[in-house]
Amino acid sequence: MLTPTELRYSQDHEWVRVDGNRARIGITDFAQDALGDVVYLDLPAVGTAIGAGDKIGEVESTKTVSEIYAPVAGKIVEVNPDLVDAPERVNADPYGEGWICVIELSSEFDPSDLMDASSYIQMTEA
Amino acid sequence: MTDTEALRATPLRALHQELGGRLVDFAGWELPVQYEGVIAEHTWCRSSAALFDVSHMGVVELRPGAGSGGVAAVAEALEAVTPAAVTSLEPGRQRYALLTTDEGGIIDDLMVTNRGDHLVAVVNASRRDVDLAHLRERLGATGVEVIERTDVALLALQGPRAVDALARLVPTAAGLVFMDHVIVADGATLPNGTVTGPLGVARSGYTGEDGFELTVAADRADALARALLAQPEVRPAGLGARDTLRLEAGLPLYGHDIDLITSPIEADLAWSIPKRRRDDGRFPGAARIRAELADGPSRRRVGLSVEGRRPVRDGAALRTVDGAPAGTVTSGGYGPTVEAPVAMGYVPAALAGEGQILIADVRGTDVSVCVSPLPFTPHRYVRGAK
Repeated sequence: MLTPTELRYSQDHEWVRVDGNRARIGITDFAQDALGDVVYLDLPAVGTAIGAGDKIGEVESTKTVSEIYAPVAGKIVEVNPDLVDAPERVNADPYGEGWICVIELSSEFDPSDLMDASSYIQMTEA
Repeated sequence: MTDTEALRATPLRALHQELGGRLVDFAGWELPVQYEGVIAEHTWCRSSAALFDVSHMGVVELRPGAGSGGVAAVAEALEAVTPAAVTSLEPGRQRYALLTTDEGGIIDDLMVTNRGDHLVAVVNASRRDVDLAHLRERLGATGVEVIERTDVALLALQGPRAVDALARLVPTAAGLVFMDHVIVADGATLPNGTVTGPLGVARSGYTGEDGFELTVAADRADALARALLAQPEVRPAGLGARDTLRLEAGLPLYGHDIDLITSPIEADLAWSIPKRRRDDGRFPGAARIRAELADGPSRRRVGLSVEGRRPVRDGAALRTVDGAPAGTVTSGGYGPTVEAPVAMGYVPAALAGEGQILIADVRGTDVSVCVSPLPFTPHRYVRGAK
């Protein structure tokens, strides 16, 4: 299971990659493996303002439906258009081509709000 | 299920773990939902051969009591609890049957085999206790012995190349046609040259593909499964793929598409009730079933193709484009062979025509669906001239 050390992680199995005032998010390798084959994503609309912890979408596998929560507060400024026709990218490359959306942060990012890789690994192994 | 009740394990549990199967609780049984992935396993089954452990299903022998009329008497007794034709079932043949309630609902769907001197019914895992109690109550007075076999395992080998793989171990298998059953005394020849011993081989299954269902002594199941998996055509598959395969094949799942409320006619299973049984009416629920055959049921099970990519699942409410209630989805999900979401559900008879557009409520989002013929993927059974 991959858990890149340069990312931060939420309790809800999202990863966050912060670059300036923008945060790219997706679901973790652990999450995609637990879900199984992803067949559909309900993605947020660009322009939506969201609070940390808000539900922003759904990810569906062959067997189950799971909610996606915003790990940080801000505004959705980009969604991954390729997931409409190729949802399986979430399985194949969860930290790369399977990214879900980009959030413009409403306040300065505080890394201590989220877990580092070792804490996330600890949580998933518990 | 409370956590004080242990899950039941099949004879293949160690093998599932060794193969990396993801074990889940299914009707109280610990079984693999998937190995490498549902879509890969589904696709492999449609193109080659997939091996499923279906040992959670109940195997019920129906044997004539001492001094009774043999298997013919058992068949006659069974016709008192099902609208299927059993007395005409020849030795070495099997048939789909429904146990019906006195109100015309469905207690279970099952496969009945004539094994020459007795019948065997294979029933759903979730219904085995109910079925056993029902059969014992209704058949008790006839002298028929109802015996649950817990010393056997059931394997399903499904797919267009299943016959090639199985025939290498059990040459007799290649000569069977759809719904044939044979007991092979020596069973399968294993790689070390030994044999499994008595093996029940039926050319049947629940995926829409050609394939076989194998009944083997529990203590030989692991060796048989390993020998099958050693064949180049065969890969293991879990319950996830079994569900998407049967959904695409338009086959009903008990507890979802059929239950104590749905009738065989509503469920589009009238084909399992031949003319003789419709005429004699000597089965539970005959009044409702015959009335629905004559006048048509008020609702029907139909296939639903889905617009777009969003899956429509069990429980989604249906309505007309004008907003009138139009039934419920009872099974649904992504169809890997169709490469689109597919579903089944019950709709009012007036809205059951092919091409009828309806709206499904998927957790607050409207999704357009269209009444479509079943199956979504053609059945590829190998039928004989019989």
